Amino acid sequence: MEILLKNGLLPDGSVSDIRIVGEIITEIGQDLSSSGELINCEGLRILPGFVDLHTHLREPGRENAETVLTGSRAAIRGGFTAISPMANTSPVADSAGVVEQVWRLGREAGLCDVFPIGAVSEGLEGKNLSEMKAMADSAAKVRIFSDDGKCVSDPLLMRRALEYVKSFGGVIAQHAQDPRLTEGAQMNEGVVSSQLGLAGWPAIAEEAIIARDILLAHSLGSRLHICHLSTKGSVEIIRWAKAQGMQVTAEVTPHHLLLTDETARSYDPIYKVNPPLRTDDDVKALRAALADGTIDIVATDHAPHPAEDKDCEWAAAAFGMVGLETALGIVITTMIETGLMNWTRLIEVMSSSPAKIGGYTSHGLDLKKGSIANIAIVDPEKRWTVDRERLLSKSKNTPFHGFELTGDVVHTIFNGRLVMKSQNLIGAVHE
Amino acid sequence: MKHLLSIADLSDLEIVGILDTASELEKLTSGSVKKLPTLRGRIVVNLFFEDSTRTRLSFESAAKRLSADVTNFSAKGSSVSKGESLKDTAQTLEAMGADLIVIRHPASGAAKRLAESGWIESSVINAGDGTHEHPTQALLDAFTIRKHFGATLTSFKGLSIAIVGDILHSRVARSNVLLLRKLGADVTLIAPPTLLPSTIDSWGVKSSYDFDEKLEEFDVVMMLRVQLERMNDSFFPNGREYSKGYGLDGDRLKRLKSNAIVMHPGPMNRGLEIGAASADSIRSVVIDQVSNGVVVRMAALYQLLGGPHISSSHETLGA
Repeated sequence: MEILLKNGLLPDGSVSDIRIVGEIITEIGQDLSSSGELINCEGLRILPGFVDLHTHLREPGRENAETVLTGSRAAIRGGFTAISPMANTSPVADSAGVVEQVWRLGREAGLCDVFPIGAVSEGLEGKNLSEMKAMADSAAKVRIFSDDGKCVSDPLLMRRALEYVKSFGGVIAQHAQDPRLTEGAQMNEGVVSSQLGLAGWPAIAEEAIIARDILLAHSLGSRLHICHLSTKGSVEIIRWAKAQGMQVTAEVTPHHLLLTDETARSYDPIYKVNPPLRTDDDVKALRAALADGTIDIVATDHAPHPAEDKDCEWAAAAFGMVGLETALGIVITTMIETGLMNWTRLIEVMSSSPAKIGGYTSHGLDLKKGSIANIAIVDPEKRWTVDRERLLSKSKNTPFHGFELTGDVVHTIFNGRLVMKSQNLIGAVHE
Repeated sequence: MKHLLSIADLSDLEIVGILDTASELEKLTSGSVKKLPTLRGRIVVNLFFEDSTRTRLSFESAAKRLSADVTNFSAKGSSVSKGESLKDTAQTLEAMGADLIVIRHPASGAAKRLAESGWIESSVINAGDGTHEHPTQALLDAFTIRKHFGATLTSFKGLSIAIVGDILHSRVARSNVLLLRKLGADVTLIAPPTLLPSTIDSWGVKSSYDFDEKLEEFDVVMMLRVQLERMNDSFFPNGREYSKGYGLDGDRLKRLKSNAIVMHPGPMNRGLEIGAASADSIRSVVIDQVSNGVVVRMAALYQLLGGPHISSSHETLGA
């Protein structure tokens, strides 16, 4: 099987052709010809496929919201060739058995790599460590561990986890949320929450945990990754830590780059998310931090929920929003169109840096001869309107319905195979 | 006006319009015949997801005095306790012919969701949503203040009003702050720091931790009910200490202006936020608030269900 990408704009600025044979890029040059699949990439940007380190796929347990297959479809629609489902499934992904099941479902879907994240604690209960080494040694080769959705708030358990994963090169991805400071919390604590009478979620509840964990990880020489930063104060703490040379990486979601807590005035829980949408000041700080390298990556926190979990009053609704299919458009609209960031940086934050953090060696690679072909081909100028009914995710809980975005994915190539062509999915190969 | 969800949605003319309508309805129903035929054939449903006696009775009484049919739906022992959603409950009630739903719900924003999610066509009155708003309480409080300080007042400029207690969790306080600001009153919120929102400066009113500082200056002292369970969350150490700092006891009562009034939305915790000397004093208008509640709710129902125009000293908007 051979694919020839004609006249695409490469990250190095050249307009070139790329020949892919089997899984591998075999040639980059001008005026190449082929008898295989020819894809006209004129006016399009050829980028390494995106890597999401924060995805919720709901399988096993909540297949009415999303399955590994439907989530994989949404992923390649968004240009992602590797995704990392979080452990908060039912049963929880806290054993080799469950992570292997998810990993195998990913292989069967065959549309992108599905690299499961393992739970830090048994049942996400924050009491006993889960069998992280067994998950690392399993076929799923788990390297990222997180109790996402819940914070590892016990400092002793966090210390042990940070130490324990060193033996197999793991990283703890912390969902920073002090549980006591956020009991019953519904939205960002601030002017808007005080007026709406929704219980507030103070910024300090995130910042205090981040500060603690950075110091903890540094004292242990461990790697720490902070999930979905949402406040200006968190940015400042990470900036300080990096200036000290501490080993910490951080992510931001597309929705935190675009939306604020003003949206809650509608009381429409489509905007209910954890961590909560913050203020305009926070959004500005997050954008600046993503541009200057304080924040390393964009991660979607794609969180599918069935309609009934959002078609209710705010307090009764589930936290979370889907994001795989709108991520690129939002990053282009908020970061590239505004001049805050260039395409080189976009490749870092959406592909090469997350691949490095996760140790996903076949992703985020430079587009050069010999690299495995995981590729997203993007129309950088296309203006399009988000339509929730057209999402490939099983769930439609996007807060961006009706938003006009710039830039969208046109073709996706996974391991040398064209899995989406002209925004149409091509059937999976079952192994 | 289709719904009454938040004081924030009302213009000051609309507020005065409701108060004037209430005045007219009060006159029309103060004689031996307490009932008007205005809403005959209309169905009002009281949809209460929280225990409430006085607000539910007040709405029921208001609707009956306008000759509407009233159905009471209490969440306890109903399909709601079997897991039925707000949407399904409301659609069921509407299918039974409800023209207007009065909702009380523990979730902030529930009334707005009910009115604006496309679930139902009926009018909605917010009878208290979580810790957000309780607009008819603020309207009846304004009506009570007006009766005391000038029955045709269209502005509260020059009136100094203290609201004392658990501001953080109070829907009564939120609605009153919005309404009293619109009418130009000088409002001071008084509470321990733990019971004031941290962003209280953005509310556009004064706030203080000290009840005693300007006690002599207030024309109205509105006491809020303090939930004893707040103690367990360390908002304050105990009832004794709270009462010492923020209770309206006999000593504080004596220091009030001679024509000042004492208000409380009820039910009162005697001995905690209010002492017997204050609750039972001639300054107390707590019982008036209850009777005013009925006529103000009549006015609200009347305006939303589009009864015929009632003559009043001001133009009635949005009817």
